[in-house]
Amino acid sequence: MAAVLPTLRWREPSILPGFGIALGITLTALSLVVLIPLAALFLKAASAGPADIWAVATSPRTLAALRLSFTGALFAASVNAVFGLILAWVLVRYEFPGRRLVDAAVDLPFALPTAVAGIALAAIYAPNGWIGALLAPLDIKVAYTPLGVMVALIFIGLPFVVRTVQPVLEEMQGDVEEAAALLGASRWRTVFRVILPPLYPALLTGFVLAFARAVGEYGSVIFIAGNVPMVSEIAPLLIVIRLEQFDYAGAAVVATIMLLLSFALILAVNLIQAAARRRFGDV
Amino acid sequence: MSVAVTIESIEKRFEAFAALRGVSLDIQPAELVALLGPSGSGKTTLLRLIAGLDQADRGRVLFGETDMRELSLRDRRIGFVFQHYALFKTMTVAENVAFGLNSRPRRERPDAAEIRRRVGDLLDLVQLPGLEKRYPSQLSGGQRQRVALARALAIEPRVLLLDEPFGALDAKVRKDLRAWLRDLHRRTGHTTVFVTHDQEEALELADRVAILNDGRLEQVGTPDDVYDHPASPFVCEFLGEANRLPVKVVGSQAFLGDRPVLGGLSQNQGGPASLYVRPQHLRIVDDAPLSLPGVVEHLRRNGPLRRAEVAVQGLQRRLDVDLASQVAPAIGERIRLRITHGSLFAAA
Amino acid sequence: MSEAALHLPAVPPSRAGAQRVRGESLVVRCLLIAVSLAFLALFLLLPLVSVFVEAGARGFAAYQAAITEPDAVAAIQLTLLVASIAVPFNIVVGIAAAWAIAKFEFRGKNFLVSLIDLPFSVSPVISGLVFVLLFGAQGYFGAWLKANDVQIIFALPGLVLATVFVTFPFVARELIPHMQALGSADEEAALTLGASGWRVFFAITLPNVKWSLFYGVLLCNARAMGEFGAVAVVSGKIRGLTNTMPLHVEILYNEYMGAAAFAVASLLAGLALVTLALKSLLEWRYGDAIAASRRH
Repeated sequence: MAAVLPTLRWREPSILPGFGIALGITLTALSLVVLIPLAALFLKAASAGPADIWAVATSPRTLAALRLSFTGALFAASVNAVFGLILAWVLVRYEFPGRRLVDAAVDLPFALPTAVAGIALAAIYAPNGWIGALLAPLDIKVAYTPLGVMVALIFIGLPFVVRTVQPVLEEMQGDVEEAAALLGASRWRTVFRVILPPLYPALLTGFVLAFARAVGEYGSVIFIAGNVPMVSEIAPLLIVIRLEQFDYAGAAVVATIMLLLSFALILAVNLIQAAARRRFGDV
Repeated sequence: MSVAVTIESIEKRFEAFAALRGVSLDIQPAELVALLGPSGSGKTTLLRLIAGLDQADRGRVLFGETDMRELSLRDRRIGFVFQHYALFKTMTVAENVAFGLNSRPRRERPDAAEIRRRVGDLLDLVQLPGLEKRYPSQLSGGQRQRVALARALAIEPRVLLLDEPFGALDAKVRKDLRAWLRDLHRRTGHTTVFVTHDQEEALELADRVAILNDGRLEQVGTPDDVYDHPASPFVCEFLGEANRLPVKVVGSQAFLGDRPVLGGLSQNQGGPASLYVRPQHLRIVDDAPLSLPGVVEHLRRNGPLRRAEVAVQGLQRRLDVDLASQVAPAIGERIRLRITHGSLFAAA
Repeated sequence: MSEAALHLPAVPPSRAGAQRVRGESLVVRCLLIAVSLAFLALFLLLPLVSVFVEAGARGFAAYQAAITEPDAVAAIQLTLLVASIAVPFNIVVGIAAAWAIAKFEFRGKNFLVSLIDLPFSVSPVISGLVFVLLFGAQGYFGAWLKANDVQIIFALPGLVLATVFVTFPFVARELIPHMQALGSADEEAALTLGASGWRVFFAITLPNVKWSLFYGVLLCNARAMGEFGAVAVVSGKIRGLTNTMPLHVEILYNEYMGAAAFAVASLLAGLALVTLALKSLLEWRYGDAIAASRRH
């Protein structure tokens, strides 16, 4: 039998039909709705010219807005990482009345329109609101301050950590805990050295998803933020303001900076995940 | 270092299911005991109770003279090897093996250099030198198994418990590890209990075999004991193939129909009984007073042996006969069989 | 043996031996549960409850008036209209993408999956902005559109485009893992029995994945009806014409008509609750089918 050189194919043969039409529809829709519009964004930003891009990017207002969006997102994602991990732990490992209801409720921020969450949070944390009134005597202001931004970002990022950690925790075998206990480890040591480390990749994923969502969040923030330039103005709002001033290039530059920072972050996390998978196997 | 383990009248229920119904077993220091039984017989439950991973409803487990419940998990010093090894996948091999030593209270903990030295020694012992820096995902199944064993040995256990130690390995690796484990036990002398559903494994490895069925101990004894002198029909059938003959005992003889097939019985009780005869305990004879006439219906190969299936009048099932060094008969040939050894149980 | 056991006393609650092998002490458990519930009550329950409380603050008549005034009704109709275009579009594309990705092996597949997920990591505001840059008055196609009297931005097409963008991944990302988990054996068997490609799809594939499809559609629809940032940018917020429900809520709120804003918001919150209830029901009943996708 003659040796057949393996030909370089871009797809494996299959007896199933419809590959062409399915991929065609996908690529056409993806290009028209997502890729071409995003390309237009980069094109517009680039058309501003290096000097203008630099001027927009380094203007104090832009920097203040980006700083608030990114530090706010970082803080909110950190809070979500801690409480999300506790929530996932409680939902997977403990039995208590209403557990399923709580489990279902975790997804509320996914389902509740952001504008609705925004006005509700603003009403609660306003000085005359349910919580705002409690905090007012302590001289703590939440609504219309950067703190209000954090509250909104914590709200919308909450499900991400819970939903990425939960399945990993569910699939974890009980025998490693028993092994650690029989080897003489205290419960504390078992939890922190044996149970939690395999969760870190999922925790990191959830953290980054919450972070990415929070950086770009708009609807739930603007009502509670007060939107004072340089103080409580988030980057997405600055884009809207530039747009309303018909400064398309300015809006595009701010948007591009946000996107590139987010993409770089997601890429970095994917690389970390891949390295962890290579080392620890199925994490 | 190794200690006797005494199991006294252990009972354990899981909701409606009685997993253990009163099991007692004495294990000598340095003994290697197999808990053998089909799945659901309670053998793993018993092992977990010995380890203290579950609590018995009744009865107790003694380590030497001490009730196990009076010891903390750390003080029990139980080396446990889980069926799927339960290695810590985010730790290296060395960190896994050192985990138990590092878990000791600070004043009892050896220093880092000492721990490193002991980890090295243990990896030598389990024949995995130089793999300290590997992660469990980078090891083969057999290697993981041995890391799990090294990790369990690191705490200088008083008792070593193994749950289906070879269950997750393929046949070739199983055989190699069996001999290796036997050898390791001879050198280290830990009191060892292992669970298996594989009777060949139990008979080959263990000093004594404890056979469990349906939450009860059917028989405990040396491999020769339990194989040659099974205490119950269950043990007889579980430990290997056996032909069952419905016989009637009269005086010192057992009759199949009205033909005497076995004599010299010491049992005094007469009446219907079941006679279990292993295929290798049937010999083809020319003529003898106590023998069964039959016709060879099939010949087949069973591993290294040839086996004949012989139809005997009055029996619904054909008898399996091993032809070790016997001259093979031809199919259709009329032969006579003599029972050289059998186990007789009064019919229920 | 068992007789002896009968005389033994039941095991007394033991001391050191009762040490937990798994799980935490009751105190720690209760503490963690309390922390979780307090956190959820503060950040999730309170906002949700406040929506309904504020909506009813002025009484039922005011509530009814707020949701039946013409601008509100127009906003409700527009929201339904946008969703009824965007969701079916994403169903078709999502199914096509899942078929190509789950049933075939080809180069660049992982890259394609990443591209489909891309809208999840784009700010909603940017999702609207890109269409303004393309089709706005000063956008790349702005002059041409104006010359041909086609309006996209500040009109229905813009709203639909922005909504399709933000909801693009929902259906595909539920279907892909489920279809991958199922494999192609059923389809291949049907094909060898002589079924046509379409018949295989409608008789085999679609029934197999119907619950994860429904799950994806549910989430897609919730986001489509509730989207705010992206449509805020492309809508122009012309009352009665290009105002969707979330935008209507914003306008009322900014005009200090809080009770009316919360009245309309309560409808959206109701939609969210229905979505959550259906979603949980699906997870409980068809958890196995959907589990594959929840793992992501």
